[in-house]
Amino acid sequence: MSANRLIDAAGMRRTVTRLAHEVIESNRGAEQLAVIGIRTRGEFLARRVAKLVEEIEGQPIPVGILDITLYRDDLRGRLDQPLLQSTDIIFDVTGKTLILVDDVLYTGRTIRSALNAIMDLGRPRSIQLLVLVDRGHRELPIKADYVGKSIPTSLAQEVQVRMVELDGEDAVYLSDAAGKEARS
Amino acid sequence: MKLASRHLLQLEGMSKEELTLILDTARSFREVLERPIKKVPPLQGKTIANMFFESSTRTRLSFELAERRLSADVVSFTTAGSSVSKGETLKDTARNIEAMKIDMVVIRHASAGAPHFLSRVVEANIINAGDGQHEHPTQGLLDMHTLREKHGTLEGLRVCIVGDILHSRVARSNIHGLKTMGAEVSVCGPRPLMPREIERWGVKVYYRLEEVIPQVDALNVLRIQLERQKSGLFPSLREYHRYFGVTRDKTEKAERSLTIMHPGPINRDVELSADLADSEHSVILEQVTNGVAVRMAILYLLGTTGSAATSPEKGA
Repeated sequence: MSANRLIDAAGMRRTVTRLAHEVIESNRGAEQLAVIGIRTRGEFLARRVAKLVEEIEGQPIPVGILDITLYRDDLRGRLDQPLLQSTDIIFDVTGKTLILVDDVLYTGRTIRSALNAIMDLGRPRSIQLLVLVDRGHRELPIKADYVGKSIPTSLAQEVQVRMVELDGEDAVYLSDAAGKEARS
Repeated sequence: MKLASRHLLQLEGMSKEELTLILDTARSFREVLERPIKKVPPLQGKTIANMFFESSTRTRLSFELAERRLSADVVSFTTAGSSVSKGETLKDTARNIEAMKIDMVVIRHASAGAPHFLSRVVEANIINAGDGQHEHPTQGLLDMHTLREKHGTLEGLRVCIVGDILHSRVARSNIHGLKTMGAEVSVCGPRPLMPREIERWGVKVYYRLEEVIPQVDALNVLRIQLERQKSGLFPSLREYHRYFGVTRDKTEKAERSLTIMHPGPINRDVELSADLADSEHSVILEQVTNGVAVRMAILYLLGTTGSAATSPEKGA
């Protein structure tokens, strides 16, 4: 397996900083803004974006963590059962502008699940999608509002986002892992 | 990680990893129960039959609630003990389950082993909601979950089960589950209500409540089944209360604060004094809430396990 590093630590820092600025610019500030990260790496990305927005705008931004396991469309028929973890959103989403954060945008099915999960928690004013990497191959009509980097990929390739909090480094790799699962 | 069996028949024989998976999953479902909309979709399109051949209110309600909160379709029936021979009835039941295309069956039956029998003859997932004097696995799990949330871990936790151990399926499930998780389990009750082989279960046996209270972290007080009074094994209620009733003057001798559990419904001032049941030591209502979460965990884990059919997997 050959892995090609597309983004390094400095690159990721710059990208996340730009994304935070874009969020502020497009929402004209951070009023009623809240950030929700999809487990697992979306959580860490969400915390970084929220921290940057807080620093720039000088006001606290609520951060929530969403576990979408119960809303997956492939829950049945899987041989390995995904471990159910808890959703941790302590603020009321109703009326908020939510920035939904994930590391990689691929088929769009995770985002579909996340949207359903959020709708069961309340009625946000709007939901915007922020991803670090968009690798294409959408199977649902879903589009990100903020994209760190668009990476053209083939279905056989694997995009791997690594983050310090979990993996000990900040980087994005593209590898040729034919026939291997993209993510679980 | 998933459960080894497609059914939940008993806690005896389940591994520590399996029990931990169930308890961790139940913890996640506790969060769902705190949401404004308490319904999640994982069992959409599944049909679950609750077959209660023995009366039960809270277990059946708890299961139904858990099933509906996972978006399953639910049918329930309750029958009082009929004169029909049990084996015959069950066989018919099994045929009906097959014919109605039911995916999961929750069964309570007066005969030990009835759920095991069903699991051998039908395709559906079978969940034991209490079989005779054998086991009541979901009650065992919810007791374990409550203790784990309260004390942080079950490892080394000292738990005493008090009451009619001989006839209690709750006691059996608790003993097997807690011991697997590394707890120190003891039992306390009148000698005629103690199973003869009890020492072989690896529990300490006490015949005096005063003796055991200073040595444990939690008491699981069993319900005294008033109908068993006529069996001759049983002292009078007054005598029972005097020696084995859990009361404040007895628990005051505990070194630290005791956790008090009861599977319900309580006979107030028989096995447990009313003031203790409502005190800060009691986690009885917590057990009821946890019951729904634990049952959701079981239904989710059994109901979403993949079959032999593989599915292409894509994330993100």
